[in-house]
Amino acid sequence: MAWETVIGLEIHSQLNTKSKIFSGASTEFGAEPNTQACAVDLGLPGVLPVLNKEVVNMALRFGLAVNAKINQHSIFARKNYFYPDLPKGYQISQFEIPIVGKGAIDISTEEGGVKMVGITRAHLEEDAGKSIHDLYEDHSAIDFNRAGTPLLEIVSEPDMRSAKEAVTYAKKIHALVQYIGICDGNMQEGSFRCDANVSIRKKGSKKLGTRAELKNINSFKFLEKAINIEIERQQDILEDGGEVVQETRLYDAVKNETRSMRTKEEANDYRYFPDPDLLPVDIEDEMLTEIKNSLPELPTEKKNRFISEIGLSDYDAENLTAQKSLADYYEAMLNDGAEAKLSANWVMGELSAALNKNQIDVQDSPISARELSELVKRISDDTISGKIAKDVFKAMWKGNGRVDDIIESQGLKQMTDVAAIEDIIDGIIANNIEQVEQFKAGNTKLLGYFVGQVMKATQGKANPKQVNKILNDKLS
Amino acid sequence: MHTLSVAELSKSLKNKEFSSVELTQHYLDRINRSDLNAFITVTDELALSQARAADAKLANGSGSVLTGIPFAHKDIFCTKGVKTSAGSKILDPFISPYDATLSHKLNIENMVMLGKTNMDEFAMGSSNENSFYGPVKNPWNKKMVPGGSSGGSAAAVAGRLSPFATGTDTGGSIRQPSSLCGITGIKPTYGRVSRYGMIAYASSLDQAGPMTQTAEDAALVLNAIAGFDEKDSTSALRDVPDYTKSLRDSIKGLKIGIPKEFFSDGLDSSVEKVITESMKEFEAMGAELQQISLPNSAYAIPTYYIIAPCECSSNLSRLDGVRYGYRCKDPKDLNDLYLRSRSEGFGDEVKRRIMIGTYALSAGYYDAYYLKAQKVRQLISEDFKKAFQNVDIIMGPVSPTTAFELGAIKDPVSMYLADIYTLSANLAGLPGMSIPAGFSNNLPVGLQMIGNYWSEEVLLNAAHQFQTQTDWHSVLPENI
Amino acid sequence: MSLNKEQVKEIAQLAKLSINDSEIEQSTIELNNILSLMAELGEIETDHVEPMAHPLEMSQRLREDVVSEADLSEEFQAIAPKTGKQHFLVPTVIE
Ligand SMILES: [Mg+2]
Ligand SMILES: [Zn+2]
Repeated sequence: MAWETVIGLEIHSQLNTKSKIFSGASTEFGAEPNTQACAVDLGLPGVLPVLNKEVVNMALRFGLAVNAKINQHSIFARKNYFYPDLPKGYQISQFEIPIVGKGAIDISTEEGGVKMVGITRAHLEEDAGKSIHDLYEDHSAIDFNRAGTPLLEIVSEPDMRSAKEAVTYAKKIHALVQYIGICDGNMQEGSFRCDANVSIRKKGSKKLGTRAELKNINSFKFLEKAINIEIERQQDILEDGGEVVQETRLYDAVKNETRSMRTKEEANDYRYFPDPDLLPVDIEDEMLTEIKNSLPELPTEKKNRFISEIGLSDYDAENLTAQKSLADYYEAMLNDGAEAKLSANWVMGELSAALNKNQIDVQDSPISARELSELVKRISDDTISGKIAKDVFKAMWKGNGRVDDIIESQGLKQMTDVAAIEDIIDGIIANNIEQVEQFKAGNTKLLGYFVGQVMKATQGKANPKQVNKILNDKLS
Repeated sequence: MHTLSVAELSKSLKNKEFSSVELTQHYLDRINRSDLNAFITVTDELALSQARAADAKLANGSGSVLTGIPFAHKDIFCTKGVKTSAGSKILDPFISPYDATLSHKLNIENMVMLGKTNMDEFAMGSSNENSFYGPVKNPWNKKMVPGGSSGGSAAAVAGRLSPFATGTDTGGSIRQPSSLCGITGIKPTYGRVSRYGMIAYASSLDQAGPMTQTAEDAALVLNAIAGFDEKDSTSALRDVPDYTKSLRDSIKGLKIGIPKEFFSDGLDSSVEKVITESMKEFEAMGAELQQISLPNSAYAIPTYYIIAPCECSSNLSRLDGVRYGYRCKDPKDLNDLYLRSRSEGFGDEVKRRIMIGTYALSAGYYDAYYLKAQKVRQLISEDFKKAFQNVDIIMGPVSPTTAFELGAIKDPVSMYLADIYTLSANLAGLPGMSIPAGFSNNLPVGLQMIGNYWSEEVLLNAAHQFQTQTDWHSVLPENI
Repeated sequence: MSLNKEQVKEIAQLAKLSINDSEIEQSTIELNNILSLMAELGEIETDHVEPMAHPLEMSQRLREDVVSEADLSEEFQAIAPKTGKQHFLVPTVIE
């Protein structure tokens, strides 16, 4: 049986404001439990919410960035349910009229094409607190610090057809929210959380299958795994003649399985209604224009510019713009005058590899953009070879000093003295009579052997281009 | 001392006829001797220390007109360090860690809080019989109810246990007990007084106001509590006039609308007589009476009894036994904790309204109940908008009857029906007032006045003019 | 529209209120009496009426993004029914 997978994502993006969505408590991560939960966040009797302006700004930035319909008159509603980490017994969210309506975003497909993924809506809401189950015997403990943290919930259309595609979309949104400065994107700290609605249907069928909502996914790797494992589970059920149940399932990364969340399974009826403590949010045209003008260059715009102005390949441009911090780093190198294509290779090659290996974010890189651009410039001006540059890079990474100091102190400068190189080459020709004979007899592959001998003799410092030229002259 | 109004007490304090400490002690003694059950908490020590602070201010001449005046808070206003129960067992353990904006505003005037008054649980009721702390007695006849939900505040003022008290009005809870206890009470325009720290019953209807002996006192207190509050999104960003300034204005030519729907079959004929006579008094002062119609006000009861329960079912969800308030003994699991804490903590009427609201908001019923009620609410308020194109003030009865006997009305629906004249002002958000207008069978009858948005000045002036011509407001219950 | 006992039980569970079997009969009658009061609204034609969520025609005011709240966790936990060292406690929740 051929199955088609249908995936829609709900992304909760924590907005990086200083204070909470409805109170003046701090949103800073990592504080002692409950020290950042004020009377409003705890839902004490009598307290009232007042909306944070920055939260509205940020939602609008997002809406404009995905060309969405902006609802200039939007409403906050209450979503009613009981849970210990939900202080008021309801979550303030947006239901009927969210601030951001329909929009769309382009993603690159595996086949190298472009696909448009629809965004159904993006609405503002408050986060709940955190339940901790393993701290006290017989008790769950609640930390309300997170309660009231502003979230933008970005809901996609069910437009994705594979786990890979879902990850590409999620990464694209992840990059976008950081580009426009509304979310730090930190998935470990829960600032960017994906829930996936997954269903399958017979290929060719138009009707959607019953979906499961996967929760608790805190990395792109797990997003892909969770979706794939869920697709398998649903296929097994359907192929055995069973039926998929609509439910919320928790992804367990340790066991790599999804399991039903019993506590949330109770027949929920959220009884949404307009929050009488809050008034309609009315956005003036002026505010919208102001925000539109303040938006930075977006990833797709930047990518297109890298291709058209700098001449990067689609692949390079895509990779360099996938992460705002990486793009910033790269552009800083260009501003320092480093050669564009060589810089791109170094950022995506040595630098990314070293960052990955050490699990360091690019903004915390021990080698600054300025330092790496110096290195690239030394390759461009033939001071060192690309090969030697890798050693210099390693030394820089260890903190052994600046580029020129390392080249100087370790004597890595390229030999440019033609006479000296000729002397060395003459010596090598004299010592390898047999190979010279073979070369002259037509085995031109042996040129590489000679180059290798020269580089060995010069400890890699000879300019390969020069060596090639001199060798060719002398051997012919 | 205890028969003096706030305005009179203010002069006496300023003239050093007695100190705030003496005055406070006098009221505390009266409260301690009283059997009205008007108070849930009496804050003796706090009151005396506030009185001492007030006396110091008065001595150096830095006090305001309200400095040193004792008063009582309805137990729905959060008061820091003092139990704030809202008349409920579920909040019986709740010592508020913060002050309501309204409490704070009176604190900065250096006023003296005598205590917290009894009320229907979470302001749900019209008789004060729905209190965890027992019913309040009407000072005019202790067999009778004082009205509700601000029944403790009304009884405290009528029994002269406090010069004035604060109240809240969601569907008549200031005006109805004021009427039944023969005092003056005003519910300002929605948004005039901050709701921050006032325990919410129905957020789109709740409004706080003063319950006093005279309209002049109401103006003095409203001056202190009205105004924009950045902590309340629904409070209005607009200037507050000095409400005492317009009290001397003539009401010659004031156009009074009398809605025919307010004189329907259910109205007790002796109450009707008092109301009609008081209107004649206004006419004699130069006002012009005219009949008007508020055709949709007949639907105020079903509309209100959908909207208020819907809002309260959600507002009271925070009372879950997790962060504060009552928690049941030895909950066996989370669901048990919720079910028992709430079922043991809430009284019957509160549970009833939570149930109705939960149902009316649930999937499949929302449109038929909540949405429908919101639409009728629009029609009710449009009726008023039309009426106020032709009149300055609307007058009628507050309640169809005078105070009824404790325990006499057992059926919830019959109790709801008695709110018929007060609900529409809340649904529309308009200011409303009750002033003593006469007696029927030795029980007070209140006249209701409803004003246009932000026209508290008009109401207070009309009431004050009436009180200069009549002395219904200064008649005291026996033995006071 | 009239409620049966099963529905009343469901509503109670949604509202986290318990109704025992001895109360259910009476509760159902009372709730239905109240609901019959609401039936009157059916008489009114409201097809073209805007629902009124709020008595005032105002827009939501926006506050500046400033941290204004101090840490009062000790005071807040002092009034809680059950706390651990720094947490609010409830019976174990199984997810
Ligand atoms: Mg969702
Ligand atoms: Zn959400």
